[in-house]
Amino acid sequence: MATTTYTPLPVQTRSAAAGGSRSGVWVGIFAITMFFAAVTSALSVRQGSGDWSHISIPSIMYANTLVLAISSLTIELSRRAMSRSLATGSATLAAQGWLGATLVLGLGFVAGQYLAWRELAARGLYLATNPNSSFLYVFTGAHVLHLLGGIAGLLYLAARVAVNGTGLRRNSFENTAIYWHFMGVLWLYLLVVIGVRL
Amino acid sequence: MEQASAQPAHVHAPPQTFLRKHVFSLDHKVIGKQYYGLALVAVFTGMVLSWLMRFHLVWPAVKIPGLEFLAKGGAPGGVITPEYYLSLLTMHGTLMVFFVLTNAPFAGFGNYFLPIQIGAEDMAFPRFNMMSFWVTFVAFLVLLLAFFIPDGPPISGWTAYAPLSAIGNDAGPGLGWGQNLWAMSIAIFCIGQLLGSLNFIATTLDLRARGMSLMRMPICTWAWFVTACIGLLAFAVLLPACLLLLLDKLAGTSFFVPAGLVVSDRLQPHAGGSPLLWQHLFWFFGHPEVYIAILPAIGIVSHVLITSMRKPMLSAKVLIYSMMSIGFLSWMVWGHHMFVSGMNPFSSLLFSFPTLTITIPATIITLIWLGSLYGANLRINSASLFALGFVSMFVSGGVSGFFLAQPSIDIYLHATYFVVGHFHMVMGVAAIFGIFSGTYFWFPKMSGRMMNETLGKLHFWITFIGTYCIFMPFHYLGMAGNVRRYSSFVDDFMAPLMPLHKFISIAAFITGGAQLIFLYNLIHSRFRGAPATENPWEGTSLEWSMSSPPPWDNFGGRHPVVYHDPYQYGVKGSKGDYVMQDSAEQPATSS
Amino acid sequence: MGKLFAVVVTIIALVSAYPIVAHKYAQPEDISTHGHAIDEQLSDTMAEAGFAFLGAQLLLGFFVWKFSNRKPGSKVAHLPGGAKLMVATAFILVGTEVLALGVLGQKAWASVYFTPPKPDALQIQAQAGQFAFYFRYPGADGKFGALHPDKIDEGNGNYFGLDPANDIESRDDIVTGELAIPVNREIELLMHAKDVNHSFYVRELRIQQDFVPGLDLSIHFTATKIGKYEIVCTQLCGLGHYNMKAYLSVLSQEDFDKWMKQKASEQ
Repeated sequence: MATTTYTPLPVQTRSAAAGGSRSGVWVGIFAITMFFAAVTSALSVRQGSGDWSHISIPSIMYANTLVLAISSLTIELSRRAMSRSLATGSATLAAQGWLGATLVLGLGFVAGQYLAWRELAARGLYLATNPNSSFLYVFTGAHVLHLLGGIAGLLYLAARVAVNGTGLRRNSFENTAIYWHFMGVLWLYLLVVIGVRL
Repeated sequence: MEQASAQPAHVHAPPQTFLRKHVFSLDHKVIGKQYYGLALVAVFTGMVLSWLMRFHLVWPAVKIPGLEFLAKGGAPGGVITPEYYLSLLTMHGTLMVFFVLTNAPFAGFGNYFLPIQIGAEDMAFPRFNMMSFWVTFVAFLVLLLAFFIPDGPPISGWTAYAPLSAIGNDAGPGLGWGQNLWAMSIAIFCIGQLLGSLNFIATTLDLRARGMSLMRMPICTWAWFVTACIGLLAFAVLLPACLLLLLDKLAGTSFFVPAGLVVSDRLQPHAGGSPLLWQHLFWFFGHPEVYIAILPAIGIVSHVLITSMRKPMLSAKVLIYSMMSIGFLSWMVWGHHMFVSGMNPFSSLLFSFPTLTITIPATIITLIWLGSLYGANLRINSASLFALGFVSMFVSGGVSGFFLAQPSIDIYLHATYFVVGHFHMVMGVAAIFGIFSGTYFWFPKMSGRMMNETLGKLHFWITFIGTYCIFMPFHYLGMAGNVRRYSSFVDDFMAPLMPLHKFISIAAFITGGAQLIFLYNLIHSRFRGAPATENPWEGTSLEWSMSSPPPWDNFGGRHPVVYHDPYQYGVKGSKGDYVMQDSAEQPATSS
Repeated sequence: MGKLFAVVVTIIALVSAYPIVAHKYAQPEDISTHGHAIDEQLSDTMAEAGFAFLGAQLLLGFFVWKFSNRKPGSKVAHLPGGAKLMVATAFILVGTEVLALGVLGQKAWASVYFTPPKPDALQIQAQAGQFAFYFRYPGADGKFGALHPDKIDEGNGNYFGLDPANDIESRDDIVTGELAIPVNREIELLMHAKDVNHSFYVRELRIQQDFVPGLDLSIHFTATKIGKYEIVCTQLCGLGHYNMKAYLSVLSQEDFDKWMKQKASEQ
């Protein structure tokens, strides 16, 4: 048998970085994308059944979109402030402030979506009214649920920063911000689907 | 081997309280054992259900004493009703596919050994990991609850085709809250699996030790990684499918139910839905799911065989690439479950080509195993016997798939016992053999004690011969045209096949009974087994470089460094016939 | 014990192959025009599968026999050709099989699904519902009356929900519980599901097709042998699934005409 030649020196790996995982949030985003892709394909199939109608988007959803977009901005500002604080060892007040703003805007979005559902109900469009309304509620409801997960993440971050100052796992802020941006991007996609297909 | 630490001391603090140590543990090893334990409960439950089914098929009028109390109306006078048979069938399939085959080889062993084998202290997200087990546990309870409600468990099979599953009790018993609990249980299960897969992938990508390049990971680690990738996407599709089903059932939507259905003399209040939509969504998940069930076993068996053969595989890289190809192709074949479903027949042809093509990586894997056996120095023990048995079963089960991959043949064989024989061979036997092999192999590491080898071998022989006796005849029944999912065989057509059914049932009782040997061995050895050393099998991967059982943080605070791939066996010039992965030993002579 | 494994796996392989080779559980006789292509496909596949199955099991047994529990100090060796040989073998063996079976198998599939029914095929509608099959012949006008689910009244024999009072075409429709067809005549079966998924399976006819609620499906076939055959439901449809069947009677043209007359008078 031929001998195995050794590589006596270890290979450098992008390994066990202090502060945990960078790829985890992307993996999660991938899974959530697949969830919404499945519902979109269900929509495509269901659309072929001949009982399709049309729903005009409740106008408040445009306002909600703006709110969510601004919240992406504020979390970005928070994240950068946090990086500066970590680097210089200074206070985290700015980071906390922008984080709080993101939280408020996020909750504002949820409230706005609730108002959108109220408007739909006022128009007589409920979950089971017709296939278009079913998908509208499913899409927006699922998005809000995932967004609430993001809000939980924001709350967790806020608590850790308040208690621990700069003792966060290095990637926690990055990962939460990435997830939050994804919620915004996902919402834009859903807005297009709702507008064009529903 | 030691290295100055550039990392925080520990991912989480050492557990102090009883609850933190054994119940709500963040330790991947405890979580792995919890998953394994859950799978053990599920497999014995599922097995008992199958006994009831086999008994009923062959002795339908015989009263089973006590069953009328356990079965809550499903077996008046101890005789199983047609609907209860279907409930047993549904729960058997659901328990086995989800709570056994996804839990034990993947979540069980994978959780325990993936971090260790890559040199990590724990998973990337220990809290999510803990949540994933408890979420799965809740899913299990929700499923079992269906046995205890008045409606009873659903009768639509583990595949829960709509509209049968979407209409409610008009279509039959168990289809009301029984079906709702089923759908809720599976939806919750999906969330648990997603959290688990997330951990596996992030950990593999981000927490490998120094020197542990991706290609230096053990084959079973690769199998868990590929499985997690598949699972992430597959369960992300099953989850919305179950939610849409629940909406059809509870909220009056019509995703899956068309107009004009008259069930139990009642016109159903739905319109526009598509039954085929459910099938597409379900099988888009369902086909990758079966690879989720088999790939970890492929990985475990490869790993065990190498240690037992005292030589590496002809090429670990080829095995790994083959597993990745299977993972990739698994997304393209789901329609082969739907050849005669009413789907466009042109699509059927399209699906059959990747289905046939998957045979190629599967054959490569099998040939690598066989070819690697040549020239081996094979050690026979319970673990290696089950690994060898796996190879035999994988061939048997795989070969029958060849028939079903062709739509024209499927016209005849679809929904017959041939299909049931095929998937039981690959999943019900081969994957289970993978679990057994892993258990005998890793029990010493996990518990610090050796299992009883005599009992292990006895368990192997009865199970190996017994499962062939049970499931090989299923193929003959299918060829003869025996239809599946029938609670009784009432036709003259079936009369000549009944002796074979009797043979199968008896084999099932004996083989199932032999599993008690395994259970006894497991429990007895846990408390009374001979103490195990650090490396009883003379293995080379990182799990054999620590005490049995490992300390709570795996590597005792040190950060392992690895120098080569984990299969350095039979290395010329080295001291023993193996070199540990974290050993920088240079052979005395090299050429 | 390695040698025991080798012996057992060999015995299992041979014993498993025996019932197939001896045709102990062969499929029933084919009575259709398209079935021979399927049967040929099946036996070709069986030959290749049998070769693969026996080859692999026997090789497994042989290697375990030779290379287990060897003398202490035995050296390990590698198969000449290594992984490359295995990969090449897999590609060649399976590749050719896949191509052969996949390409050849198309013909059998196409003959069932891609050839349209002849214009003079006898149209019969089949309805599957929990837990019986019913069949409808168009009658003298050659047209099927409309279906009205709200008019279904099984107690009075109106299984299809016909409305003869308002639909002229349904007045001469003939509804039966038995599917009688003339031999050697192409039949186009229109498939309607009343409630949930069912399936139409006649083994001898080499036909199997699901009924899907909401979809208008149809299949066509020609039976070549007179006799009585079982139609069974193969798609799980509820508690009566095991007992859901009907009979296919393949009759001579003469007997079929007599049967039709009789059924028409019974309506």
